[in-house]
This record gives sequence, C-alpha cells and structure tokens, in this order.
Amino acid sequence: MELALTLLLFTLLVTTAIAIVFMTRLFAVVMLSGVFSLLAALLFIVMDAVDVAFTEAAVGAGISTVLMLSTIALTARSETPTRTSSWTPLAVVVLTGSVLIYGTLDMPNFGDPTAPVISGVAAGYIERTPSEIDVPNIVTAVLASYRSFDTFGEVVVVFTAGIGVVLLLSGLGRRRRRQGGSDR
Amino acid sequence: MEQFINLEFVLGHMNYWFFVVLMMTGLYVVVARGNFLKKIVGLNLFQAAVFMLYISMGKVAGGTAPIFGDNPDYVYSSPLPHVLILTAIVVGIATTSLGLALIVRINEVYGTIEEDAVLHQDHLIAAEEAGVTPRHIPGEAES
Repeated sequence: MELALTLLLFTLLVTTAIAIVFMTRLFAVVMLSGVFSLLAALLFIVMDAVDVAFTEAAVGAGISTVLMLSTIALTARSETPTRTSSWTPLAVVVLTGSVLIYGTLDMPNFGDPTAPVISGVAAGYIERTPSEIDVPNIVTAVLASYRSFDTFGEVVVVFTAGIGVVLLLSGLGRRRRRQGGSDR
Repeated sequence: MEQFINLEFVLGHMNYWFFVVLMMTGLYVVVARGNFLKKIVGLNLFQAAVFMLYISMGKVAGGTAPIFGDNPDYVYSSPLPHVLILTAIVVGIATTSLGLALIVRINEVYGTIEEDAVLHQDHLIAAEEAGVTPRHIPGEAES
C-alpha cells in the first residue's frame, strides 16, 4: 500500500517537473511549482516527516507561490523560448545524474533499521528526550533545545535576507511613478 | 554485480533514483532556460528533491512519526533529517525571496528578465563605451 502510494506520488511529481520544463507561461510555471511543493508535502507525510510536511506546505506551496506571483506582476508574464541548443545542458544533466545514481549504489536500502542515519546519534536523541526535555515531539526537542543555536543561526539568515530584499526593493514604487510620469 | 540486479536492492534504491531524476529536472531548468524566474523555480525543484532524499534516509520500515505515543513498542523514524530539513526549508525561502528581489531589480534596469536580452544589452553598452561598432553581437542574429 505504502509502495503504491509512493509510486503514485512520484509519478505525479515527475509529471509536474516535466510540465514545468516545457511551460512558457510563467503563471502556469509558478502554479505548477506550488503543486510540486504540495505533492512533496504529501510524500513527506508518507515518509513520517509530519513537521517537515506542514512547513513545506506552508512555505513551499504558500509563501513562495505568493512571492513568485508578486514578481510576475512586477516583471513579465511569459518566457521567450531560448534559441540556443539544448543538447549541452542535456548532456551535463545526464552525466551528473548517472554519477549521482552511481553514488546511491552504496547506500543502505530504504527503510533499513540498521542504516547509520537511524542507528547513530538519532537513537540517542529518541532515548534521552523523555527524561531530559519532556516534550512529546522529538523534532521540536532537537530543534528548540539540543540544537537551538542552529535555529538561532537560521533566524539570523532569514533576517539578513529580509534586509537584502528591503535594500534591493526600497524606492521601487517611487522610481516607477517618476518614470511613468516622464514617459507620458 | 549480481547484488545490483535482485529485486530487494532495486525496490530499496528506487526512491533515491526518483529523487535523482527530479533533481536533474531542476538542474536542467536552471541550465537550459533563460528566464530568470524559471531558473529560480528550477532551483526550488532541485532543492525539494534534496529535501526528499534526506527525509527518505531517515525512514524506518514499519516506523511512525517521531512523536511519543502511548505505546512504548512504537518504532520511530529518525528525527535528525527532519530537523535539518526544517532549517533548510526556511533558509531556502529566504534565498528564494532574495533571488526574486534581484529579478525585480534587474527588470527595473534592463526592462527584461531574459538572460539573452540582458547579455545582449551588456554587449551593446560595452561596445559603445569602447567606441567601436562590433560586427557580431551575441544574441543579435537571433532576434
């Protein structure tokens, strides 16, 4: 059952990704990217990552879609197709992909309980969380307590990006109005 | 070589191969498409595929989400990839918004968000500054 669900989601994900490649209307591209994020969130639920799933649904399908739609409203609505040859990028992509697939051959099987990701430090966190942190959600315990400095660093990154966006876009409306006034 | 052909190996690694396909689709969009917004969407595809790869590594067969329940016999999937990817998603939206702001700024200066057209204008400006009329300007012949 789980396998069938995973396969179905993968089929949908790959179809969406390929549709994004060939679509030239940017509105459709942005909407498909939102659909892709939502499908990814479903796949995260199948793979037991509920916290990641709702973050991806809120951020990937929500906020980033809104931001991209605002960008389209301020810039262009469609893409002019590129005339350059698409064989070089295709060759690069196929080569990189085959090297990556070669890299996965050494990985443990999907769901293998002896994999280092599962039997390593993660087991320790699962064991110690009830006595040390006493929060039922282990992801919250690791994120906000054991690794809280990482989360603080993340906040700093978001803050820096926010300053960057404000600096880049400050005075945009004013310049647009002035330009529009002189043109007409 | 025989270990690579059995069904268990293929089923156990199929997920990773699908992620590679998705990742490479994203990379193709970034490399082959000239529209800046589409490049950002491609980067997001690539990024989401990496997230899925990480999350799938933490999955335990027969396990459940890492939230303590009443039954002490539950097997929990590894919470560490989840924590890493939560951080990565938020950092990802921060970089995406910065990229989108850059696109808006580029559009304001060049009047276009196509890579070819931006390069073409740059060549024109460079030729004008050097005081020569170039015989061939990249991108001109096509347009």
